[in-house]
Amino acid sequence: MSNVTSENTAVPRSPVVEMRGISIGFPGVKALDGVDFRMFPGEVHSLMGENGAGKSTLIKALTGVYGIDAGTITLSGAQVSFSGPAQAQAAGISTVYQEVNLLPNLSVAENIMLGREPRRFGGIGWRAMRRRSAELLAGLGLDVDPGSLLGDHSLAVQQLIAIARAIDVNAKVLILDEPTSSLDADEVAELFRVIRSLRDQDVAILFVSHFLDQVYEICDRLTVLRNGTLVGEYLVEELLRIDLVQKMIGKELTTLDDLEQRAHAVVVDESDAATFVSASKLGRRGAINPADLPIAAGEVVGLAGLLGSGRTEFARLLGGIDRADTGELTIRGETVRLRTPRQAIARRIAFSSENRRDEGIVGDLTVRDNIVLALQADRGWFRPIPKKKQDELAQSYIQALNIRPGNPDALVRNLSGGNQQKVLLARWLAIAPRLLILDEPTRGIDIGAKAEIQKLVFNLAENGMSVLFISAELEEVLRLSHRVVVLRDRHVVADLENDGLTVDSLLTLIADGRVASDDEALAEIEPTPTTQGGTR
Amino acid sequence: MSGLAKVVSHRLFWPIVMLLVLFAINLVAFPGFFTITVRDGQLFGSLIDILRNGAPTLIIAVGMTLVIATRGIDLSVGAVAAISGAVACSIILGSPEPGNLATVAVAVAVALLISLVLGVWNGFLVAVLGIQPIIATLILMTAGRGVAMLITEGQILTVNSPPFKFLGSGFWFGVPVAVVIAAVVFGIAALVTRRTALGMLIESVGINPEASRQAGLRARGLLFAVYTFCALCAAIAGLILTANTAAADANNTGLFIELDAILAVVIGGTSLAGGRYTLFGTLVGALVIQTLVTTVYTVGIPPIATMVFKAAVVTIVCLLQSPTTAASISGFRRRLAARAGKGLAAS
Ligand SMILES: Nc1ncnc2c1ncn2[C@@H]1O[C@H](COP(=O)(O)OP(=O)(O)OP(=O)(O)O)[C@@H](O)[C@H]1O
Ligand SMILES: [Mg+2]
Repeated sequence: MSNVTSENTAVPRSPVVEMRGISIGFPGVKALDGVDFRMFPGEVHSLMGENGAGKSTLIKALTGVYGIDAGTITLSGAQVSFSGPAQAQAAGISTVYQEVNLLPNLSVAENIMLGREPRRFGGIGWRAMRRRSAELLAGLGLDVDPGSLLGDHSLAVQQLIAIARAIDVNAKVLILDEPTSSLDADEVAELFRVIRSLRDQDVAILFVSHFLDQVYEICDRLTVLRNGTLVGEYLVEELLRIDLVQKMIGKELTTLDDLEQRAHAVVVDESDAATFVSASKLGRRGAINPADLPIAAGEVVGLAGLLGSGRTEFARLLGGIDRADTGELTIRGETVRLRTPRQAIARRIAFSSENRRDEGIVGDLTVRDNIVLALQADRGWFRPIPKKKQDELAQSYIQALNIRPGNPDALVRNLSGGNQQKVLLARWLAIAPRLLILDEPTRGIDIGAKAEIQKLVFNLAENGMSVLFISAELEEVLRLSHRVVVLRDRHVVADLENDGLTVDSLLTLIADGRVASDDEALAEIEPTPTTQGGTR
Repeated sequence: MSGLAKVVSHRLFWPIVMLLVLFAINLVAFPGFFTITVRDGQLFGSLIDILRNGAPTLIIAVGMTLVIATRGIDLSVGAVAAISGAVACSIILGSPEPGNLATVAVAVAVALLISLVLGVWNGFLVAVLGIQPIIATLILMTAGRGVAMLITEGQILTVNSPPFKFLGSGFWFGVPVAVVIAAVVFGIAALVTRRTALGMLIESVGINPEASRQAGLRARGLLFAVYTFCALCAAIAGLILTANTAAADANNTGLFIELDAILAVVIGGTSLAGGRYTLFGTLVGALVIQTLVTTVYTVGIPPIATMVFKAAVVTIVCLLQSPTTAASISGFRRRLAARAGKGLAAS
């Protein structure tokens, strides 16, 4: 077997991973039912399917996290049955699971090298460890200090660190479960560069993502799951997107175009709404420079910027998650100081974190408890929400957001990633917010559900709710927002009406902080702000 | 999952089995074990003894359960018990009428009030200063005995006060007062946390503190509440223990009771990692521990081996409850089922 490159992906070679008839059941859920799956060396393979289709479960079956009820797994021709991920790793399967599972209290270097630290005189070779991790990070185009604490980094950086950890191992099979869910275009490009080079070294790569563009860019072959059953295996170049979506959801998708038309309809009659919340010179040292941001009732404002541009940090100030040390915030004309999220919630400002595992869901509580949590906390412990009301709330959001399994008593940690995200969203919608701050709200959510959620947010905005929306996916920002605020290097550099904005013009702004000169639509709307602390 | 599997996988299955096994052992060694007699309108019997002697541990374990649910631990309960006993006894001794009901009422009230202060102190260290609970409460665990010493001036304070004695060894409608008090504490804790949203909020803070903060929970307030409640429980237990012997001993009142209480919580199935708790489990755990002690006597195990015996039982329960064991048991079941399935297919 020499270095066969991708001249013809259909050349039948023997698969490195072959799973046959895999079934796994959990109490009340048949997560996988007789699924066949295989991976070839030197190929990038994708697992596609809606939230809860069984993608992560199939991966965990392969790596021994879950035992299988039926079926066989062969690795390089030999039947295997791993009793845990460590064994799988030793056998050459390196995995980044959907929920980044690193240790926030250890340094970046320790997280990357944990379990295989370079040894020196019987102790740990700290210097070698730092050097090796710096190399790995650089390989991913990431500039972070290996000695810094993992927990101090944004989720996207943590995700990249987890990937760096996985590619360091000399693996035959590399599995990435939604590795790009919080990455920007640039980081995705770096990651793809690495994936391609590994592929050319004959590594078999499994890449799971809900972004069809990414799948079509990087993958050679894909397997579609629906409701725990196999739909089929296809070569990417032979499957049209529209057919793929149809295979994933079992019916045709129409909702997206719907929204497109509505978005523009609303932009027109949005002009004279009253300002609901307004930040003036609001800032926090080391996080975001003082910036202004007025948001009208019923307005959807998108925050765009690169990773580390301060978009999340700014949103956290508005949500009361972090305290501002300069500037002030006025809510309906009244100046307030938000010291805790609780105070923000009392004023009906909800902040939905991008980091659902650490800052969002409460895994060991039920879906119902998670949905009513913020509302209950706001009412106070001595005024419990009546059981019946709780059930109504849970049931209505389970339906509205299509949370599956639709069982309010299920523990949230047993839900698939996308469904956990929906539960989190439900929690915030349940407090009937006046301002909903959404940091990557559609992270890990499948395209069908994404359209549903966007539609829901839009409906609420039409009824007067303001929305501050952050997404690494600029198309999504443009589709939803009435206005787009651009951040760069922790400064607000522009504040634009979303009228004729394109992804390209936004990208230019994000990259160099100037409005592209050849874009006349922009130059005309955009009044002053090209410098720091951009005002309106 | 079959019905049987469901029962076996219930988290209280093994603790209850253990309790039943201990009962059985006792019954063999002492056929009168289950007999409860009524003498002078008061209940007597081994089971009643278990309940009465286990009451202080249970009371503390109830408070400990809530603390542990928040990912915390309170090592200072033994010391707080000693302090409250010392305070009550010194007040009773200092009074001209030690047998007066009012005197005892004041003594008890002051002891409980002081425990509230101690609980707030623990809460302050944990919630405001952010000290790790095990360290924060270790401070009071060691310093507290010293404080109790100061109060008793190094003496063992023996009181002769019938109303006080009543708390420890009295009967109320035939039931030992200590048991009544434990039942009340247990009932109030269960009602207040489960009928309001308190229990869910406590669990939420224990499972994911940052997510809870962002959801608008007052984590600090909750921590203050649970540490204060736990100290209050410790003080009540301390009063019962002191009243039972009618003597406050700064060195020995409630010695090692924190360990029994923590064990009761763990045996009952509440994880030391915080989060979901079960007060009923704690009740079972406390009964297991007290029955164990009784078993040691009835079976005639030499006192020096008591600790080893206890350790063995605790180890077994913990092993049975560990996730690894659960996983290997279910793996074993799966393989069995798979083999059975194959057998069927082949035939
Ligand atoms: N430990 C568990 N206990 C109970 N049910 C589980 C468990 N793990 C997964 N499930 C269920 O199995 C099904 C498949 O989940 P899985 O995580 O594989 O979905 P997924 O395809 O990865 O979805 P997503 O795109 O949202 O990540 C879901 O219905 C989920 O609720
Ligand atoms: Mg998944």
